Amino acid sequence: MENIGALALLLAFCISLYAIVSSVVGRLKNKPFLTLSAERAVLAVWVLVTTASGILVYSLMTGDYRMAYVASHSNRDMSAFYKFAAWWGGQEGSLLFWGFLLSTYAAIAVLTTRKNHRNLLPWVIAILSTIQTFFLLLNNFVVSPFQVLAQDKIVFAATDGNGLNPLLQYWAMVIHPPFLYLGYVGFAVPFAFAMSALIGRAPGESWIYLTRRWTLITWLFQSTGVMLGSAWAYHVLGWGGYWMWDPVENASLLPWLGGTAFLHSVMMQEKKGMMKVWNMVLISATFFLCIFGTFLTRSGIVSSVHAFAESPIGKYFVAFLALGIASVIWLILDRLPFLKSEAELESVVSRESSFLFNNLVLLASCFAVLWGTLFPIISEKFSAEKISLDAVWFNRLMVPIGLFLLLLTGVGPLFAWRRTSIASLRKNFQWPGIGSLVVAVALLAGGMRYPYSIISLSLCFFVAATIILEFFRGANAINEKSQHGFIPAVIELTHRNTRRYGGYLVHMGIVLMFIGYSGHPFNASAVGDVDKGDVMKVGNYTLKVADLTEGDTANYQWETAKLEVSKNGEMIGTLEPTRRFYKATQQATAEIALRTRLNEDLYINYAARDGNKATLQAYVFPLVTWIWVGSVVLIFGTLVALVPAKVSRSYTRTEIVSTTKKEAAAVTAEADAR
Amino acid sequence: MNGRILNMEEETMRKYWKFGALMAVIVGSLVWLGTAGVADSQTYYKTISELFQMGGAAQSRHVRVGGDVKADSIVRANGIVKFTLTQDKLTLNVAYEGRDPLPDTFKDGAQALADGRLGPDGVFHASEIQAKCASKYASKPGEAPASIQKQAAEKTPAYGS
Repeated sequence: MENIGALALLLAFCISLYAIVSSVVGRLKNKPFLTLSAERAVLAVWVLVTTASGILVYSLMTGDYRMAYVASHSNRDMSAFYKFAAWWGGQEGSLLFWGFLLSTYAAIAVLTTRKNHRNLLPWVIAILSTIQTFFLLLNNFVVSPFQVLAQDKIVFAATDGNGLNPLLQYWAMVIHPPFLYLGYVGFAVPFAFAMSALIGRAPGESWIYLTRRWTLITWLFQSTGVMLGSAWAYHVLGWGGYWMWDPVENASLLPWLGGTAFLHSVMMQEKKGMMKVWNMVLISATFFLCIFGTFLTRSGIVSSVHAFAESPIGKYFVAFLALGIASVIWLILDRLPFLKSEAELESVVSRESSFLFNNLVLLASCFAVLWGTLFPIISEKFSAEKISLDAVWFNRLMVPIGLFLLLLTGVGPLFAWRRTSIASLRKNFQWPGIGSLVVAVALLAGGMRYPYSIISLSLCFFVAATIILEFFRGANAINEKSQHGFIPAVIELTHRNTRRYGGYLVHMGIVLMFIGYSGHPFNASAVGDVDKGDVMKVGNYTLKVADLTEGDTANYQWETAKLEVSKNGEMIGTLEPTRRFYKATQQATAEIALRTRLNEDLYINYAARDGNKATLQAYVFPLVTWIWVGSVVLIFGTLVALVPAKVSRSYTRTEIVSTTKKEAAAVTAEADAR
Repeated sequence: MNGRILNMEEETMRKYWKFGALMAVIVGSLVWLGTAGVADSQTYYKTISELFQMGGAAQSRHVRVGGDVKADSIVRANGIVKFTLTQDKLTLNVAYEGRDPLPDTFKDGAQALADGRLGPDGVFHASEIQAKCASKYASKPGEAPASIQKQAAEKTPAYGS
């Protein structure tokens, strides 16, 4: 079995190499047969990698403990769900998973574009196959998932496996890596199309139109992945935080920041023909940050709570990144004239300018996070001292950046292209602006003294008001004509331009998340060593320990505290925080008790047992739920933006259209044809 | 006509000045945020011997020091946990004064990382402890985890050598 898997991987490696050569030669020498065979090679690689993956999954499911990977990442007691998830639970398997997703994406890209875009496709195949070859190289020659256990050259089977880390045995953690990987890998496709357009000097913006939806789906996966990770940290780790600027968290945030910048600035190129160099830089940076993120999580280069072992794959990743980045820089510099902008910035108060600043700030934050994450390595290289920066440093930088971005979220979409008139500013911002000032004053008067929270909540009001006003005005106009009622008018409005109104919904999701973040300074906490009958207080809550119990199952031992909870003297229910100690891995996990309300969460962690007493950590987290609500809204908004719009829109460039009517008609026809 | 071109040029210049100034303000304030007070956010990674070599500086800096927990050195009293870290022949007395309960992996012989400051009394006052069990989960990639190697070791006699 494992031999077939290994053979499939080896064949896939060879065919992938062949695909690079044949597509490049086919394109340069104009040999359609070669490019066709490169397309088929991509499909063959998919079949082979899928076969290998299938064999690994089969071994995991059936428990073939002769295989090192199965023995290390699975055990007999695990449910089928987690056995399957062990596919991406370890280094070898997760790299295979990466390769599998890439080959799937590549196959889809080939199948969907080969009819109409023969000119772009060969280079796309060459680039995707190069990436594929790199991952297959790792899987074949450095970290093979199909190694068997052997002692003195005799293969043996372990009686049972080590099992998946119990901290990872949680639903969000099972689907979190696939989502992140779908995002990481997905950016390879827009990157390949962009590079293909650059290499072949393809006319027009066809690579953007082709990959627009692709980028959005990838971004959706990535956002979902990041938020699932955050939700996992909050619900499983027992310390009540959702983000601590851990290197591995940062690894998932970096490409997200790059991808978000790209999604915005690509609109400038689509609609105005501007920022072409910038977009090439952004999509490349995002892709390399994806590779870098994989590297960071998989190589253990920076120590983190995720604590993956040190590994030999690091130098391969560094070499791949260095070569890739160098070639992209060369390519962009060599083809600068091809990327010449078609329009100029005209005013500081314009849509263009807000995009520009959005980009600048997103990229600056990207750089800041990268700097902070790599600081131990940088400082070791330059000062021979290994120094790390803590969450306080990240927050000092990222909170103001986040607030500035929030402001742009509100004003950017309502600035007009080119320049914005005073009248339009007043129309769009007068009431939201006054309202947000009222909110700020009210919060101050109410005794709130945290400037960032005040600014954040008042900005949240501002942005939410501008968005609601946009929906309201649009829907009202439709309703006046059709008289079908207001709600159908909102749906009609959204349906007419799904990208714009879906985008507003995404922004709304961000606003709700910021409401959640604003609660952070008001967190309350208490720690206590309690016995049966003891009472603990946190915030307005009183916790009475009704009972302390313990027990034993085949998989783990557990200890529970039964708490009677009252708020302001009124009994509101019981909570049972539990601690499990897994026997196989000798690891403890917290099964926290949570009482979730829209205004605040009561969060209790059974931290430890010392003699008769249990150590409980109790927290009150105001507004935290809004982070998860916002995440759901963001996902919903992205899905809306993916729905094809009812009215097909062709974005003609203002600059070109304004010449003569005849030319404008020709340009419009061309845009329609896309 | 000439005057108008000059005017346009002037306007373009003024526009670029505006953009430049705004960008400079943004980037400048970020750099300031990133560098001001950075010393408070820094943690130095040190071994015990490096910590001793730091001399007086060790007391003013936030340090993360690593070592093995010396057997039978853990003493718990009045909410403070005292223990000794060893590295080769050097030892460092640590007093843990943090709020959070110690991890389960913290026991005799475990590898531990202590975050804190060295006091003038020569005792390292830690606010945070991370610990790693020496045996489990410490497998190197490409090698079977220790527990499985143990299974293998138990089996080998059956095959002979």
